[in-house]
Amino acid sequence: MKAFEYASPRTEREVLELLSADRGHTEILAGGTDLIGLMKKMIVKPDRVVSLNRVDSLKTIDANSTAVHVGAMVTLEDLADNPICEFYPAIRQAIGEMASQQLRAQGTVGGELCQRPRCWFFRDKRGLLAERGRAVEEGDNRFHAIFGNRGLAKFSAPSRLAPALIALDARVRILGPNPGDETLMPLEVFYRTPKSEREREHTLEPNQFVSQVILPHPEGRVSASYEVRHGMGPEYPLVAAAASVLVTGGIVREARIALGQVAPTPWISREAIDAIVGLPINYETAEAAGQAAVSVASPLSHNEYKVQLAKVAVKRALLKAAGLETGGLS
Amino acid sequence: MVRKTHVATTINGEPVEFLCEARQSLLEVLRETLGLTGSKEGCNNGNCGACTVLLDGQPVDSCLVLAVEVEGAQITTIEGLSKDSRLHPIQQCFLEDAALQCGICTPGFIMSAKALLDRDPNPSEHAIRFQLAGNLCRCTGYDKIIRAVQDSAKRMAGQNK
Repeated sequence: MKAFEYASPRTEREVLELLSADRGHTEILAGGTDLIGLMKKMIVKPDRVVSLNRVDSLKTIDANSTAVHVGAMVTLEDLADNPICEFYPAIRQAIGEMASQQLRAQGTVGGELCQRPRCWFFRDKRGLLAERGRAVEEGDNRFHAIFGNRGLAKFSAPSRLAPALIALDARVRILGPNPGDETLMPLEVFYRTPKSEREREHTLEPNQFVSQVILPHPEGRVSASYEVRHGMGPEYPLVAAAASVLVTGGIVREARIALGQVAPTPWISREAIDAIVGLPINYETAEAAGQAAVSVASPLSHNEYKVQLAKVAVKRALLKAAGLETGGLS
Repeated sequence: MVRKTHVATTINGEPVEFLCEARQSLLEVLRETLGLTGSKEGCNNGNCGACTVLLDGQPVDSCLVLAVEVEGAQITTIEGLSKDSRLHPIQQCFLEDAALQCGICTPGFIMSAKALLDRDPNPSEHAIRFQLAGNLCRCTGYDKIIRAVQDSAKRMAGQNK
């Protein structure tokens, strides 16, 4: 690991004062489960690491009459254990799939959302875009994107929490360097597909940070997450989906469906939403929504299998949200 | 001259102070500065769990914790489990159930099992397998390890009666 200056601010304001506007100069340390590994491999080489570990205001979960505010430094374990998750089953299920107690106890909400891609070309120092996409196109792309992959970026978004939070219509609170510089942004807008090596997988500037996730009250919506994995071990899922639906009179009135591990950003499936709204959730309609989701898939040379998995993940997330048997393991 | 940071912490109930570089992991400091070599380095990237210690009661991969971050924390390592030369019940059950071969993964498994049993004194086999999935063993297979944790739960429940 390259030597760096360590800073341990106590307040959000102090954090902002320590962050540089120049990309690559400072890194924000949350639980460390991703960043420390990236620094050891010299993929990330900051001059200064700004730890959020002593900023107590980032560690709280507060509910008011309209929303729940989850601090970025709340650990995944603490979030899943919190009673508010009774109202957001998709969150508890997503965290419940993460099999390592260590990573759940260390990992934080903000860190989970900002973790870097698992793409092995990126982890092999060949760049976020893996040599302008060529390494992925010509190499082993079995875990790469099947949607949104026609540009240079072909990695798949790694967050396991983001699909659930996007399905639940979460926003993130982003703080910036100037007084009052605070943005509330839908989580799906926070992510973007980078077009060059100078860009990141999200819209955060180097001198900004995510301080909170804000969850609207579910107001009768039911939700679920479903991961398709190789086994019950600690690996990342191959594909994941989350759904949040408002059902009245047996008919889906509103739906939000997001997939993970399938595109350079968490992927909202407009096609699946359109396919299920106005219908009851049953095996046939859920399957049709899964089919609709993958109608726009563009698999690479070695990942066509993920198209079938994405279809199944959407189907099962919808069935699970409706409290029906999924036909899967969970 | 590399600048070092002074850190005061509590390890296995004893106050400990050390100097470290910002880039040193807790695992490095435990093993190389403090001579607590029970915690092992396996993968050094959070997959194998051989370096698991308890940080304020929570199981963490100490290879992914910067040592400068543990100022004021309570740390328990494998060295802190036995009391007055008597093995902790989990250590005793790992021995009796032959839940180890080469032993590299064992301190991590025992610390992970302790974290699990502190939280859930009577876990199902599924819960044990799931919660210990962040610890890898490449020798024994996992059945003997699971049995040792099940036996530990029984023994610890007996001691608490």
